[in-house]
Order: sequence, then C-alpha cells, then structure tokens
Amino acid sequence: MAELLTKLRHCYFFLSFPDMNERLAMLGENMATDQNATDRPWLNSDAEPLIRIRGVTKKFGEFTAVNNVDLDIYQGELFCLLGGSGCGKTTLLRMLAGFEVPTSGQILIDGNDMSDVPPYERPTNMMFQNYALFPHMTVEKNIAFGLQQDKLPKDEIEDRIHAILKLVELQDYKKRKPQQLSGGQRQRVALARALVKEPKLLLLDEPLGALDKKLREQTQFELANIQDQVGITFVVVTHDQEEAMTLSTRIAVMDQGEFIQIGSPTEIYEFPENRFVADFIGSANILEGQIIEHSADHVRVSTDIGELNVEHNQPVPKGSQVWIALRPEKIHLSAEAPNKPPPNQTKGIVDDIGYLGNSSIYKVRLESGRIIDITAPNQVRPKSRSHGITWEDTVYLTWDPSSVMLLNK
Amino acid sequence: MSMETLPKKSGLIPEGLVSRTLRQVQSGWRSIVIAVPFVWLFIFFLAPFFIVAKISLAELAIASPPFSKMIEWTDGTIMTIRVVFDNFAYIFDDPLYARTYINSLKISIISTVFCLIIGYPMAYGIVRSGPVAKRLLLFSIILPFWTSFLLRVYAWMGLLADQGTINGVLISLGIIDEPIRMLYTEFAVYIGIVYTYLPFMILPLYANMEKLDATLNEAAADLGSGPINTFFKITLPLTMPGIIAGSLLVFIPATGEYVIPDLLGGGNVQMIGRLLYNEFARNIDWPVACAVAIVLLMLLVLPMAIYQHYQGKASEGATGE
Repeated sequence: MAELLTKLRHCYFFLSFPDMNERLAMLGENMATDQNATDRPWLNSDAEPLIRIRGVTKKFGEFTAVNNVDLDIYQGELFCLLGGSGCGKTTLLRMLAGFEVPTSGQILIDGNDMSDVPPYERPTNMMFQNYALFPHMTVEKNIAFGLQQDKLPKDEIEDRIHAILKLVELQDYKKRKPQQLSGGQRQRVALARALVKEPKLLLLDEPLGALDKKLREQTQFELANIQDQVGITFVVVTHDQEEAMTLSTRIAVMDQGEFIQIGSPTEIYEFPENRFVADFIGSANILEGQIIEHSADHVRVSTDIGELNVEHNQPVPKGSQVWIALRPEKIHLSAEAPNKPPPNQTKGIVDDIGYLGNSSIYKVRLESGRIIDITAPNQVRPKSRSHGITWEDTVYLTWDPSSVMLLNK
Repeated sequence: MSMETLPKKSGLIPEGLVSRTLRQVQSGWRSIVIAVPFVWLFIFFLAPFFIVAKISLAELAIASPPFSKMIEWTDGTIMTIRVVFDNFAYIFDDPLYARTYINSLKISIISTVFCLIIGYPMAYGIVRSGPVAKRLLLFSIILPFWTSFLLRVYAWMGLLADQGTINGVLISLGIIDEPIRMLYTEFAVYIGIVYTYLPFMILPLYANMEKLDATLNEAAADLGSGPINTFFKITLPLTMPGIIAGSLLVFIPATGEYVIPDLLGGGNVQMIGRLLYNEFARNIDWPVACAVAIVLLMLLVLPMAIYQHYQGKASEGATGE
C-alpha cells in the first residue's frame, strides 16, 4: 500500500495536479478506514455519483438509439459500456461529451445539468475512435491545443506537456506530426491530449479498436494503470468483452438502447441475470429446464441432459420454466466414470476437439443428441500424439452445483 | 554466326528473347505515352514563348512580319545579333503601362478575395449537404460552363446597362428615379470576373474540404475550443491548400483577362489584356505587345513560384523529417 502511494505521489508530482495533496490524503484515509467504499462506491448508498444519467432517450428520426436509461457513475471508476454495434453505447458516450443532445432526460456531471452546455464548456474530454489528431500540428501542439483554450500560462503548459509525454512515454516524439507515428503512438498521443486537460471525466470511444491484438493486450493494462495513476473517471465504449473485462471496475451490457445488466466483471460473468448476458459474455451452454424441487439453498431442475442440482438462494416457484447456463470451463471432463452418484453429471461421446495450445475445446455429444462445449486447460504435456482424450471417446462430465447459473426467463 | 541461323539451330525461339523483346516494346510504348504530352507542351507552349520573347527583343519595322530580325548575315560570313531592350525601357518609362499593370493586379486581387469570400462558404455548404443535394449543387456550379462564356458576358451587359434589366426593375419598383450607371464601370468588371471565375475557386476548395475529417471539429470542441476559434485554428489551416489552388486559378487568368474588361468595362477600365490587344491589333506594334506579355508572365510566375514552394514544404512535412 505504501508503495502504491509513493508511486501515486511520484506521478502526481509530475502531473502537478493542483489538488494533489487533498486527493492523496483522501485516498489514504479511505483506504485505511473503509476499503469497500473506495473500491466499490456504487455499493455505498451515501456516495455522491459524479455522473447521473436520468431517463435519457435519444431518437434519430424513428430510430431509438438510447431508450430511457438511468445510470450513476462514481468518481474514480473505469466504467465500460459494452455491446454490439448499434446498441447505443456510442450515442450515450456522445451525449456525455455533448455532441448529441438527448431527446429527453437529463445528464448531470458533478451535480451540474449538462442540457444547455456545449461540448467546449463541459468538464469532459474524449479520446476518439480514429483519434482525430490534428494532422497539421506536431504531437506537442496537439497536446497544447486544449491547454491553450484554457488560457493557461506558457510555463504551465510546457510543464504539463512534459509530464504527460513522460506518462505515455512519448518524450522523444513531441516534434513529430501524427502521420509520422505508428498506430500505437497515435493512440497514446490521443490519450495524452485528452488527459492533459485533467477532465473530471474522460470518455474513450473504442480506445484500443485500431490496434493489433498483441499491442491491444499490452495497452489494456497500460490504460488501466494510467487511469489508476491519474485517478480520473473513465467511461469506455467497447464491443470487445475481453477489453471490458480487463479494464473495468463496472460494465454495463447494452442491447437495443437499453442496459441489460450493470455490474463488476465478475458479477457479469459469474452471475448473469439473463440469457442475453450469459450468452454475450464469454460462452455458455444454455439449456431449458423446469423446476421440480425447491429448498432453502438449492433447486432441482429437470433438463434434457438430466436432473441438475443448482445452488440458489432466491425463491423460484416449483414448475416454472427457467434457463440454465453452464460455462464450458466449469465442467470437468474425465475418461473414467465418476465415483459419485448423480445428479450434476452426464456422459457423452467426443464429437470434436479444438486444440488452442494452452487449452482445448471439446464438443461432447450426449445421448439426447445435444452438444455440450467444455474447455479444459492442457496442464500436462502429452507424451505422445495419441495421448489423452480423443475423438469418439466416451467421456463423463461432472460439475459443481454452485457452477450452474439459473437465469430469468 | 548470324542471328538468323540461331533459331534454326536450336529449333525454337528462346523464351527469354521473346519476353525481352516484349518488354522493350512495352517500355517503348511507355516512353511514347509520356513523351506525347511533353512534345505537345514544347511545340505549343514553350516554342511560342521563345518566339514571343524573341520578338520582344526586336525593333518595330515596316515589314512583314512587322519587326526586325534578330540574326542577320552580312556578306554571308558576318553574323549580327540584334537584341533591343527599347521595348522594355519604353514600358517601364511610360507610366501608362505601370498604371495598367497595377490596375490589373488590383482588380484581379480584389476579385480573387471576393471569389474566396463567396466561394468558401459555398464549398463548405456543399461538402456538408446530403448526398443528393451535394450532387445537385456541384452540378449547378458546373452548369454555366455549358453556355458560351461570351454569351454570358453579353447577358451581363444586358443586365447592367442603363436601360438594362436591373435598372428597369429598380425604376419600375420606384426605388430609383434615374438609372444607376453600372455598365462600363469597374464595378461591372468586378461582377464579370467574380461571376466567371467563382467555379474555379469553389471546385478546388470543395475537393480539399471533402477530405477534411469532421471529427477534427468535434475534437477541437471537446478540447474547449469554440466554433470561431476552431475555424481559424483547425479548418482554415487544413483548407489552405484549397484556398491557394483556388486563388491561383482565379488570380492568374483574371490578371490577363481581356474580354470582361473590354465588354463590361468599356474604355473606362484599363487592364493589361486590353492594352496588349491594342498594341498588337491597333498599333500593330508587335515588339511592344510581346514585351507587355513577357512582363505580365513574369508578374504571374512569381505567385506560382511561391505556391510551388509552399506545396513543396507541405508535402515535405507530410512525408517525413
């Protein structure tokens, strides 16, 4: 903890935030007293959200891009809007930036109504998907542009540019024009240009979309680290769930202009509320079932792969139809019959194997004809090529009652 | 061993030879295709220029053609080269020429500025309009070219004349009692030049603005820049190549313009094109006419050179350090 604080202090020193001591003091206090409240402010009913989105709707002609959404985002969060193309995530981001005006509803940033505030007067900055760097300006001038609008003294502008270039590791490139930079460097210039204004809220539209896979994976962590260092609230739009999972404190899964579920990456992945989220985030074997027994801590569900015991603590009426989701990596695959009695096991024949190197995907056909996906890590290096489970083998599948996810229908 | 015997001996033509011959034929074609425009430019642009330059250094003579020869042979062995700078000295001495040059430059500069002021928002409007409207608007910019230029200038005469359409309408509406004198004034010349050359300003500006990324404006706004500041800091610098190209396309031909000042300006507006025509056709003083043309060319080459320099610098900046 002390180490982190030193790191932060170091970083703040270079960025010379005016309120750095206050913020650091606050941070230290909170860490000492209430771990939960700083890490997850949305659980704290007393916390004042930085952004309040109240019943916001945006229509383009007949098309409803965003449909009556409510959302609170708290100081210091790295919030992801996740969804497929056309789900309204970018429109929502653009409304926060002020490029689109809500058809109805209200957006408050730090308690101020943003309805009549143009983009150039908002305490937000945006990192554009195509970066939108000014092609006729050098890296340095691109970054200085925003500061000059604030009429800051020359010395301060220079100091801030120096600090931010150090943060994104582009000190040697300040005299270059955007065309002379690689994609990754441009991405960092765009980030620096938006960050240097020290906005209350930084908006990022597909920040890693234009980078290749290796660079993207590396940049994901860099971006999260930078956010951690500067303490500015980030709202990120992405269609890439892996990006959302690694970056965010919270994710809002969007579809057709509405929030389907809002929660931390773990909540979204392990406790999806409905079929859409279970299916959209990661992969899942989704089965239809009927509740046949209900007790205090678990339910018994009848499905076409047999009866399942599901750990569940919410009352579900007997006889109701439900969706069951089972993650491929939560199923144990074995060539030998389990020595436990059913439920929560079945057997089948290996139909197909996808070898990914670190793990393999097995497609197992059950007696009912249903195909179940299972992922298993390749922990042991096979001694020969024909080692292990192979095509047409009979295999047994077992899983823990806690691993089965019961979804609202 | 002769070449003819080679194929007979081997029984077939070596493949390499065929492809090499083909390549030579192809590269021959390539150089021909490139050479044609160069030959064209040489014959119809550079050669006449040298002839004009030569005549400008000759003396007026009662002969056909009406100027002295540059190279004369006496006794078949003595070559005399006569280079006369009198014509240039005359042009620089007589204040009429200096005044006319300055007036031409003044009129074409002011016209260029007006074309820019009118054309810039028009080009911007076209770029920002919907796909159907865009095509229609662009078409209407090009539409005037479908009628003869001379005819359009005559139409302006009809509009601007004392008994013309504009005065007629104003008088019948009771706004004025007496016709306003518009035809045969500098005003009419400005109208004519701005009207004629406006498309040459709009089209390069349009081509330039079309490539402009609209998110740059959003980025500037996002960084705290209001619309006016964004225009001067982002849009204007990025459309500078279009502004320069359009301005040159208006400025250069407008400076040497003959028809518009002659028909719309009458005798009241002196521009260098009219002066040149008078020297050539009325005074039949070819050497002075040629000298006038050469001086005009020099006046126009200067802004071209500046443009080239700017272009060179811009592309340098874009490609690398």
